[in-house]
Amino acid sequence: MALLQISEPGQASDPHQRRIAVGIDLGTTHSLVAAVRHGVAECLPDTQGRVLLPSVVRYMESQRRQVGFDARAHQAEDAAHTIASAKRFMGRRLADLKGAAHLPYEFVDQPGMVAVRTRQGPKTAVEVSAEILATLRQRAEDSFDDELFGAVITVPAYFDDAQRQATKDAAQLAGLEVLRLINEPTAAAVAYGLDHGSEGLYAVYDLGGGTFDVSLLRLTKGVFEVAATGGDAALGGDDFDHLLAAWALQQSGRQAVSPQDKGALQMAARRTREALTDHAHATLHCPLDGGDLRIDVSREQLETLTRPLLERTLAALRKVLRDARVQRSDVLGVVMVGGATRMPAVRRAVGEFFGEQGHVRVLTDVNPDEVVALGAAIQAHALAGNAKDGQLLLLDVIPLSLGIETMGGLVERIVERNTTIPVAKAQEFTTYQDGQTAMAIHVVQGERELVADCRSLARFELRGIPPMAAGVARIRVSFQVDADGLLSVSALETGSGVQASVVVKPSYGLGDDQVAQMLRDGFAHAQDDMQLRALREAKVDADRLLLATQSALDADGELLSDADRRSIGALMQQLRELSAGQDHDAINAAAEALATGTEEFAAARMNRGIRQALAGRSIEDV
Amino acid sequence: MNIDDDDFTLFGLAERFALDGAQLDQRWRELQSSVHPDRFTAQGAAAQRIAMQWSVRVNQAYQRLKDPLKRAAYLCERRGAPIDAERNTAMPREFLMQQMAWREGLDEAGDSEAVRSLADQVEQHERSLLGRLQELIDARNDVAAAAAQVRALMFVARFRQDIEQRLDTLEQ
Repeated sequence: MALLQISEPGQASDPHQRRIAVGIDLGTTHSLVAAVRHGVAECLPDTQGRVLLPSVVRYMESQRRQVGFDARAHQAEDAAHTIASAKRFMGRRLADLKGAAHLPYEFVDQPGMVAVRTRQGPKTAVEVSAEILATLRQRAEDSFDDELFGAVITVPAYFDDAQRQATKDAAQLAGLEVLRLINEPTAAAVAYGLDHGSEGLYAVYDLGGGTFDVSLLRLTKGVFEVAATGGDAALGGDDFDHLLAAWALQQSGRQAVSPQDKGALQMAARRTREALTDHAHATLHCPLDGGDLRIDVSREQLETLTRPLLERTLAALRKVLRDARVQRSDVLGVVMVGGATRMPAVRRAVGEFFGEQGHVRVLTDVNPDEVVALGAAIQAHALAGNAKDGQLLLLDVIPLSLGIETMGGLVERIVERNTTIPVAKAQEFTTYQDGQTAMAIHVVQGERELVADCRSLARFELRGIPPMAAGVARIRVSFQVDADGLLSVSALETGSGVQASVVVKPSYGLGDDQVAQMLRDGFAHAQDDMQLRALREAKVDADRLLLATQSALDADGELLSDADRRSIGALMQQLRELSAGQDHDAINAAAEALATGTEEFAAARMNRGIRQALAGRSIEDV
Repeated sequence: MNIDDDDFTLFGLAERFALDGAQLDQRWRELQSSVHPDRFTAQGAAAQRIAMQWSVRVNQAYQRLKDPLKRAAYLCERRGAPIDAERNTAMPREFLMQQMAWREGLDEAGDSEAVRSLADQVEQHERSLLGRLQELIDARNDVAAAAAQVRALMFVARFRQDIEQRLDTLEQ
């Protein structure tokens, strides 16, 4: 075993050392970071003991920025340059934004994603979110006095591919290694499920600041299986505030025109709505240009005003039950998530919705602001390999169907919504004209029949198809959705083998080069030198891979022939040597070579692992 | 055990139409618990890729086995009677009349109550067709007749989707 005698590289991390992994709830109104410490998930506070970080970034003179409470404190006076609720603009174009006119921002409709014009130039939601994520990363690193292994970041279940990709881009900008994107309702269920040891069918009703999600989950022995998910990516507590603000203006015959007035009124409306949770009456008070606006509101008035919004959430609930083909009475409990579920009207309506049949528990005992981050932390802990039992497994679904455009602007669905991920599906198409040598492939997401009503995700072309009569070519379009819910698409002409593929990104989100450019621009508190950072990352990755390979060899080395063992040993040796040097490209290339060189070994181990798992089961069955 | 095994072998189930849904669900969870990429996060990129392939394969088989129509089509195909819905569009007259009556019923249904009652009717009919399908495959092994039955059921399934879409619009 010459292999085991090779000495460890100088700065290798101790394999038994715990890896620090955090869960981050990147919310519309506020964000949190949580981690499992001493076996318990807890939210990490800032230096002043606050766990919530307002999702607000203020762009000031001379490239200075404020994030969180400091930014929010200046929101009213500097509304145009203080971006709040950026999550609503994630992966969106200007045309997608409802009620953009109510907002105190000057929008720039640039290709890809809408941006807000600030003193520091146009800022997209990706950049704003990266500031928030970088702040939380810093908080976590300060808490542990160590670097992070990675993070699980939550997204609304109803986020489409563009929004998920944008979230991942933001994390990359903030220098975070994303272990997994998970859906917010799923994270909430994880937080509850482990506390209560529950089994059966549960609903998660998540009304956040700017999004509404509802999911049905089946819990079985640590497996969280999403049965169906739905919701509304543009409905949240903010909308309740908008209605209240508009009502106050109408009642008083006043107007809010300037960005400052709009911002101040929106904040006053939120304070009033929150006050009405504990009190039957409150006064909406807001300084406006033409003098203070002051108006009394009763809880009943607020409830009447916002009833249509509540009805929309109940309709989504009905739809999800139908999608999952279950009855209300099958649901054992409903987990309430999001600050807006503190409104008594919301709890009452959800209770009544399930209550007709009796025994549904409305679960509110975990802080609705924290529950998502706590669940994400538990999953991060498991993915980092820290969990002892390793029994937690999340099986999530895609929220919206995926398809491609066919003749006449119609959508051919390839992957149906609520399909468990990861998933791969392929479908064959053919040419429309004689001698056609290229085919444009337009990938869309949504439930409608017409392309125009769905979200456009990407366009790419398959060229070099040999000329044939119309209808003869066989073009196989394959969709693959990974465990983060992110899509890649490829097309292949099966006769000639001509191929084209795309990781879905171009029409939305940012290209890799754009991300690289932002990083070069010294983005998101990343003052460290790019080269050093790349080198450090390459070394950490190399160490990680070497450790993994070594433990695989220790466990299943006998699956290899002597020759294979020697060649893997040589690849490891090469990586170790390069990893002691300074050339990150060389380290990455050697790591890739080792990964490729161990692929068959990994396959053999997987096959054996599965055979063993199944053999165990057969004995059980006999 | 091989990634290229057929769905039934992969799930350790007898190759027939009749199936215990709870057992299928349980096997699926067991299989995913062994193959899901999240189980191999510390084992490098190669293991991740392979786990992903396995996980995708297990989900594919699960989707096909879970849906009675897809399961029947899969069995017919394996036994030499592919469905080929695009080339076999001929349906018995009686069946087409039934379809037309349903379509009219859906057009005339004014509220979600009426649509739901039609949905119940369709579902009941679908169940009886599935019962017949089970007999054709499991008892008689008449795959040609079973394939025709699958094609008819595909129409019913599509109609049920239209009903659900209508319910979505009515309830929004």
